[in-house]
Amino acid sequence: MTAAIDTPAIQTRGLTKRYRRVTALSDCSVTIPEGRICALVGPNGAGKTTLLRILSGLARATGGAASILGGAPRQDPAFLAEIGFLAQEIPLYRRFTAEDHIGFGAHLNPRWDGASVRSRLGELGIPVDRPVGKLSGGQRAQVALALTLAKRPRVLLLDEPVAALDPLARRQFLGTLTAAVADSGGELTVMLSSHLVGDLERVCDHLVLLAASRVQLCGDTDDLLATHKILVGARKDTSALGRAHTIVHAERTERQDTLLVRLSGPVIDPGYEVADVSLEELVLGYMGAGGPPAYAHLTAIGEDR
Amino acid sequence: MISFRVDGRSGVPPYLQLVQQVRQALRMGVLDVGDQLPTVREVVAAVAVNPNTVLKAYRDLEREGLVEARAGQGTFVRRRPPGPPPGTHSRLGRSLARWVRDARDAGLDDESIESLLRVTLRASDSEEEIA
Repeated sequence: MTAAIDTPAIQTRGLTKRYRRVTALSDCSVTIPEGRICALVGPNGAGKTTLLRILSGLARATGGAASILGGAPRQDPAFLAEIGFLAQEIPLYRRFTAEDHIGFGAHLNPRWDGASVRSRLGELGIPVDRPVGKLSGGQRAQVALALTLAKRPRVLLLDEPVAALDPLARRQFLGTLTAAVADSGGELTVMLSSHLVGDLERVCDHLVLLAASRVQLCGDTDDLLATHKILVGARKDTSALGRAHTIVHAERTERQDTLLVRLSGPVIDPGYEVADVSLEELVLGYMGAGGPPAYAHLTAIGEDR
Repeated sequence: MISFRVDGRSGVPPYLQLVQQVRQALRMGVLDVGDQLPTVREVVAAVAVNPNTVLKAYRDLEREGLVEARAGQGTFVRRRPPGPPPGTHSRLGRSLARWVRDARDAGLDDESIESLLRVTLRASDSEEEIA
């Protein structure tokens, strides 16, 4: 097994992508250690697809740097052999069978493992001799994933792969994905964008949250959940609390404050009930905070008292 | 061999759910000494959780001394969890039933009873920590 600490599987520094008038990605710095399954979340238009396309070598950044397994993303066979990318619209030829696709893959990829596609699809009872256009959406997604895994990539980038699938097909797709990570013995790193936080909470151990083209959060999910709490108490001046900790998001009624707080130590004020935060609450809190950088918005909330 | 369930809405961390299900299977005799637990790959393929979640659960069970990892073979049950002697559950159940009757007679509904039980458990936990 390769040491995960030395070279992160994915690292970006100040990555920026500008189109003529629009900034799709702004000063994006993330680090994902090897062997992780990283959730990529954020509102539509936050820059998730842009980030995945830059990392996969399909788009070029206008600023900053990205590195995958220590090298810059580029259109060359040595780099592309290490990367699996599955776009939102599943890239299969509908009139050809899975077996045909296995044949195409063998021509195009140096380390092709066609047998693994047959055994994965066999386990799921998906026929390899039927045109993929005649398969269900869930089966097509499984074929595409099995083909992507047959490249034996070390980094797998998935852009909303389960958005169109029913719950059972989603569970099976994610089962195939996690089994592939288990098989790799810690050498396969996955980045997966999705809006389905419940799925991500089960499957992912790392999180990158983008909002308004910027990174709001990046880290180990257990660490992030341990350092954030929900504080509930009677409405009052939060400026002392805000000096000791970071108030990420505040929901205030006339009488009550519900605060998502990033802790810098224990909460001393006995006026608050302190509760653990779920990944969903964390994600919604930061998405609601929005705007760059998070604390600017929060100051504004504090001021409107 | 046992199969696992992971409930995303239970509020209990997934790794702890796996630990609890193994302990429960051992207490109920579904699993016995020498039995093999499913491999990490089998678990993640079936319930779609992160492989590290399963590893963490198995490490916890190993630390408790309930299971052991044998290199290249898998994870096996080493011993049953220590438990109270037979009859303990039914004896405590009977005295709890008497207490519940008292509580109902005093006008507590189920929600108040559950909340009182949780508060009492928590209070006795923190007493133990202090002591």
